[in-house]
Amino acid sequence: MSVITVENISKQYIIDHKRGKGSSSIRDAITHTVKGWFAGPKEDTDELTHEEFWALRDVNFSVEQGDRVGIVGHNGAGKSTLLKILSKIIEPTSGSVKIRGRVASLLEVGTGFHPELTGRENIFLNGSLLGMRKDEIKQSFDEIVAFAGVERFLDTPVKRYSSGMYVRLGFAISAHLNPEIMIVDEVLAVGDAEFQKKSLGKMRDNSASGRTILFVSHNLTAVQALCNKTLYFEKGQLIEQGETNQVIASYLSKVARTRLRREWKTPEEAPGNDLVRVHRMELIPDYPDNLTHIDVRTSMRVQFEFWNMMDRANLNLSLHLYSLTGECIFNVGSQSQPYGKGLIQGECVIPGYFLNDGTYTISVMIVKDTVTPLYNMEEGITFDVEDYREGVAWYGKWPGYVRPQFPFRVEALEPIIP
Amino acid sequence: MKTQEVIIQAGRPERYYWRDLWRSRELLLILSMRDISVRYKQTALGASWSLIRPLATMLVMVFVFSMVAKLRADPGVPYPLMVLSGITIWTFFSNAFTQISSSVTANANLVSKVYFPRLLMPLSAVAVSLIDFLITMVLFIIVAIWYAYVPDWHLIYMPLFVLLAMLAAFAFGLFFSAINVRFRDVGQLIPFLVQIGFYACPIAYSSREVAGKWFEKYYIMNPLVGIIEGFRWSLLGGKTHLNPQSLVYSVGITLICLSFSLYFFRKRENSFVDDI
Repeated sequence: MSVITVENISKQYIIDHKRGKGSSSIRDAITHTVKGWFAGPKEDTDELTHEEFWALRDVNFSVEQGDRVGIVGHNGAGKSTLLKILSKIIEPTSGSVKIRGRVASLLEVGTGFHPELTGRENIFLNGSLLGMRKDEIKQSFDEIVAFAGVERFLDTPVKRYSSGMYVRLGFAISAHLNPEIMIVDEVLAVGDAEFQKKSLGKMRDNSASGRTILFVSHNLTAVQALCNKTLYFEKGQLIEQGETNQVIASYLSKVARTRLRREWKTPEEAPGNDLVRVHRMELIPDYPDNLTHIDVRTSMRVQFEFWNMMDRANLNLSLHLYSLTGECIFNVGSQSQPYGKGLIQGECVIPGYFLNDGTYTISVMIVKDTVTPLYNMEEGITFDVEDYREGVAWYGKWPGYVRPQFPFRVEALEPIIP
Repeated sequence: MKTQEVIIQAGRPERYYWRDLWRSRELLLILSMRDISVRYKQTALGASWSLIRPLATMLVMVFVFSMVAKLRADPGVPYPLMVLSGITIWTFFSNAFTQISSSVTANANLVSKVYFPRLLMPLSAVAVSLIDFLITMVLFIIVAIWYAYVPDWHLIYMPLFVLLAMLAAFAFGLFFSAINVRFRDVGQLIPFLVQIGFYACPIAYSSREVAGKWFEKYYIMNPLVGIIEGFRWSLLGGKTHLNPQSLVYSVGITLICLSFSLYFFRKRENSFVDDI
């Protein structure tokens, strides 16, 4: 029996490019309207451009009872929009959704927590916001407190909680919800290792009792551990759905295939200037056997080819690697050497076990005489490094930008012999 | 339990809206409790602020209007009692009105993260002002005892006027709470309206001063005039001025505005998240 039927769901946003019009003040709205009355019918457009943006477009799927459905895709693929529509928080632009059963959605840990209120008060506040009845909360109160491990701080305002305690309490409440359908967004990305294991286990137990779960995560390992089916979204569209391992495999290989190579056939169409033009920029992962995507183990080569139009110049390449948030993680420069006219190739190796999982962007700069930048190929290639771990039962986000495997020796010095 | 089926569609009015609202009454209570218990956190004087403010206002007004401006109360009514009764109901109305107007934006973090009947926000916003009102009533009783003033049977009408004040606060506040989501100008406008209202309503003076004047027929169109007159009349044993026509305006305007505001709020509530 399908408990969720989604038919042709679309969500459109209108983006105003002249900032300050849409959400500004009454004064602007009034002057705009009044101007509209006095100006001719066509004149009114004053450099205002609307851009339509489809956060979701014609999405169709259905979920059977007891399914644990993972939802994967890049940032901006429409995952969160979908969850918000299913949770009745936003309205779709068109299409319809049919849901059978009580829904609890968990888009945030500790929704509605008030910093001034005590842990006890917040349990009731958050619980009833998530749709629990007061007697239900009372019933599972002790269990929630024990699960979160905050017994001693029940009557302390949560503003004095550590962030770990705050998160644990928030998750503990939602873990004791008793809905037929549970919608979860990225909440496993927080909390310490032991707690995450406990939460994931709790969610799996829940689904064993016939509960349906929808789970959005960037963490493919967690999706694989929890979900039996997966939906893959890209740019607001549902690209693929089906059995988890299959969908994730094609998601990963698709990511690897699409964006790692950029090439321009002739100097005329290539980016650059009169001095240099870019011919090709490519990220070539050295996949070990039967792997089709980049993960933290993969070593890669960045190849960069450009046409030099100058007769003789001392040139070098400078490679920057940026995180998704735009922080520069490293910068590597090549030796400056004299080159004549023609095609020049550079190659830089990024070893495996170096970058942490995440999304990165490479830019390459062509520099003359080690000081004058001739051309900067900004946002050249963007790629994802997926997570991989062995012998670790922890699904949380591994911290840091780099993930080196430095020699780390641990041994017992004085064994206690009983 | 029977499984309920929900259909989500653009522009489709929620079929079980009022039933959902009724089922969420526990949440309403909890949200109200939250506002109340957060109110005086980290203040040294705590809830006594609810006493200090009206008391101080009364003293200032007694000084300014009775001793300096020589305004008179209705015959047989001590001026401080007349002022205090006016302040009590006006403060209730204006606090409720202000809180309701900002209720949706104040709960922005909830609106974008969880679904619940959106009307709960303005509804729960009344709670704090209702508690304050009850505390001020205690103050009124103390002052009444001081003046050896005993209310009579008129008192049974008092809850009606309190209810009417609440409905009026709701009727006007609900509209602004929805506007506020899009236009934060409302935050500037409301204190200004409240300030004007204070003088446009018979609080520091008796509406008897207006009776018979050429502008009386416009004066009583202010729905708050009837409410304040009525509240005072029931509290002070029918000795104060009450123009029945002003009550008709109060009830009429309140009900019309209330239905319009409800309609408007329900029309806008689905796009709160997109605008907030």
